[in-house]
Amino acid sequence: MSKILKYLTATAVAACLPFAAAFAEWELNMPVGVTELSRDIYGLHMLIFVICVVIGIVVFGVMIYSIVSFRHSKGAVAANFDHSTKLEIVWTIIPIAILVGMAVPAADKLIKIEDTRDSKLTIEVTGYQWKWQYNYLGQNVSFFSTLSRESDKARQLGSGIDPYSVKNYLLDVDNPLVVPVNAKVRVLLTAGDVLHAWWVPAFGMKKDAIPGFVNELWFRADQVGTYRGQCAELCGRDHGFMPVVVKVVEQAEFDQWLKDKQGAAAPAAAPATASLPAGTNATESSDGKDPTGPLPSTSLANAE
Amino acid sequence: MSAHDKSHDHSHAAHDHDDHDHGPVKGWRRWVFATNHKDIGTMYLVFSLIMFFIGGSMAMVIRAELFQPGLQLVDPQFFNMMTTMHALIMIFGAVMPAFVGLANWMIPLQVGAPDMALPRMNNFSFWILPFAFTLLLSTMFVPGGGPAGGWTMYPPLVLQLGTAFPMLIFAVHLMGASSIMGAINVIVTIMNMRAPGMSLLKMPLFVWSWLITAYLLIAVMPVLAGAVTMLLTDHYFKTTFFQAVGGGDPVMFQHIFWFFGHPEVYIMILPAFGIVSEIIPTFSRKPLFGYDTMVYAIASIAFLSFIVWAHHMFTVGMPLAGQLFFMLATMLIAVPTGVKVFNWTATMYRGSISFEPPMLFALSFLFLFTIGGFSGLMLAIVPADFQYHDTYFVVAHFHYVLVPGAIFGIMAGVYYWLPKWTGHMYNLKLANAHFWLSNIFVNVLFFPQHFLGLAGMPRRIPDYSTQFADWNMVSSLGAFGFGLSQLLFAYLIWQTTRSGAKATDKVWDSGLPQGLEWTLSSPPPYHSFETAPEVK
Repeated sequence: MSKILKYLTATAVAACLPFAAAFAEWELNMPVGVTELSRDIYGLHMLIFVICVVIGIVVFGVMIYSIVSFRHSKGAVAANFDHSTKLEIVWTIIPIAILVGMAVPAADKLIKIEDTRDSKLTIEVTGYQWKWQYNYLGQNVSFFSTLSRESDKARQLGSGIDPYSVKNYLLDVDNPLVVPVNAKVRVLLTAGDVLHAWWVPAFGMKKDAIPGFVNELWFRADQVGTYRGQCAELCGRDHGFMPVVVKVVEQAEFDQWLKDKQGAAAPAAAPATASLPAGTNATESSDGKDPTGPLPSTSLANAE
Repeated sequence: MSAHDKSHDHSHAAHDHDDHDHGPVKGWRRWVFATNHKDIGTMYLVFSLIMFFIGGSMAMVIRAELFQPGLQLVDPQFFNMMTTMHALIMIFGAVMPAFVGLANWMIPLQVGAPDMALPRMNNFSFWILPFAFTLLLSTMFVPGGGPAGGWTMYPPLVLQLGTAFPMLIFAVHLMGASSIMGAINVIVTIMNMRAPGMSLLKMPLFVWSWLITAYLLIAVMPVLAGAVTMLLTDHYFKTTFFQAVGGGDPVMFQHIFWFFGHPEVYIMILPAFGIVSEIIPTFSRKPLFGYDTMVYAIASIAFLSFIVWAHHMFTVGMPLAGQLFFMLATMLIAVPTGVKVFNWTATMYRGSISFEPPMLFALSFLFLFTIGGFSGLMLAIVPADFQYHDTYFVVAHFHYVLVPGAIFGIMAGVYYWLPKWTGHMYNLKLANAHFWLSNIFVNVLFFPQHFLGLAGMPRRIPDYSTQFADWNMVSSLGAFGFGLSQLLFAYLIWQTTRSGAKATDKVWDSGLPQGLEWTLSSPPPYHSFETAPEVK
């Protein structure tokens, strides 16, 4: 029953979605996001959700009907049947059919998600306790991104600062990642100490950053704006305090920003990022690599 | 083979029908040297209840800190320790020992045996636990604090743990040893001590579910032991199983851990399936629908549990083929699980249903476990999981299958058999109050966590952005209500052991139940079945 309630409330929220931006309260559903992948994922999420709700209505309906109609206190007399092979075959086959119906679009989207070819820009993201390092490969731009000072002050135990008085409490950083709009950005993920996970809900993607290994994901944001996320893999004491902030800007603005950064960072070259295997450092743009190619997936020999 | 040996017999009369006090030796020796399945079962259950409250108070700390944004009560490190310890204690200290306790009490009664097959090992497997958990809990007071890297103990984070590290590993080893011994005892008892005529497919479903669970335990607890031992050697003996600097692989730990961890999930739910399969027919006054299918469904779930582990780690960056395989295998679990839910529903259909407390808990199990199943199905869809993974959606999912699933299953079992154990009927009003409070608060507590997760709140964070404030407050209020309601449960059990109307042998006046346990007096004689009953 609460499933139905959830569905109703979810549709009600979907109706006023523009309203359900970052600060909407009593938020009930997944945000739709600003990339094709996130919209695909949202669609898949809603599809499965609706299927579950429909199954739920049928199954819970029969349960509730049985509970209401066959009550001992109302003098119900129990029947004595104890199996029906036909019925049991039916309710084995139908779920299998439904599952196939779910698996096909899911597999389809997954193949798309894993296709990191033809990217315009590659950024290496390294997780540290407790900050992110962004390294624009081949651009000589690299910097750290940590929780903004304001949030950091407010989040101390007994700080006395009201979190509501801090803008974007816990979701603001000193140096956000800046990427151009409408460009396929490939993110290479690794970590310097323990596991982390890089996640921006509006991009629909989350992936673990693992010391000694390189994972990859991609996104193509089609709306200018600032998008916020957090580390999603427990990484120690301040796991809750290493947000991810991505500023999506027009291409021209990005080019200017990159130039400024390159100018500023010219003498102090990018810190060593030893984790990348030799030969991959130069990946700047489209390398036409197969998604299951040698770079990231070699790391997981035992996943077979 | 029916070896009804009485090697464990002590110096007391063989025919005791009254309270425990007359059969066993008096005083502390009865418990420390216990070899009687009922005494050991009782100790397991009491231990589990204590752990339930310790783990529960940690949950209260977690929800109190999350009541509103900002850090008000505890340091983030302490918060992480609370989430880690809460999980370890609830899984290994509360849920698993509760099921072993129920197995100890009920399996001999249900298969018509005088006791468990290996009573001394039974004693050992129980008495390991207080030491294991004292050790685990004491880590909170050592320099550097207790484990705070999550109950999954992922390296490299877990290797940053200080003095508590070897204590954690040793405690896990002890728990594993205890579980394995418990499992061996269950298997040997079921295989050798069934009453004449009780073929495998005549066993009560609780016995069946435990038989399969015991095999799962034997298969996977050594895997966990291996994984944590590798952590230990990585930490102290310069091995690099899980450290990339030495050519190791941190993700390999996750594969090994979840090869244990996923069957572990079913270890915590299959016995609850068994309990619910006992209760629903009793109070529907109608035989269980599709007994054979129910057995095969449990077996299929157990089998599938070995080939789905990597769905806990879709974000580690597996090859596409791997992700597809684990997605499809995981989705397949919905089929036997669905069959079970449909069969329970069909058992109620055209029955004659009454709503005693065990039935109420079983019904709540049926509805809420199904919701947990739905969110599980959603989590199986890899692309969607990229969004759900490590958010409160996952927290909501596994608490729906563990609290109204496993724990309501245990409570249903306790309410079902408590009059049999104590010889007293409990206070029904109190039990109903406990049910309704628990049932309402558990939903207030966990349902909003679905919303939080979908909205983007990661799990295991001590503080959150203000957009998540509203549902967190609701969830915390639910948690406090749920926690307080459980005091009623403890009080009710305590009260029932001392007083209450005399329970009949059948306890429930429904025609069914038909298990062998109901042919004995309430409480049953100290050595359950002195002569094996005949099963037609």
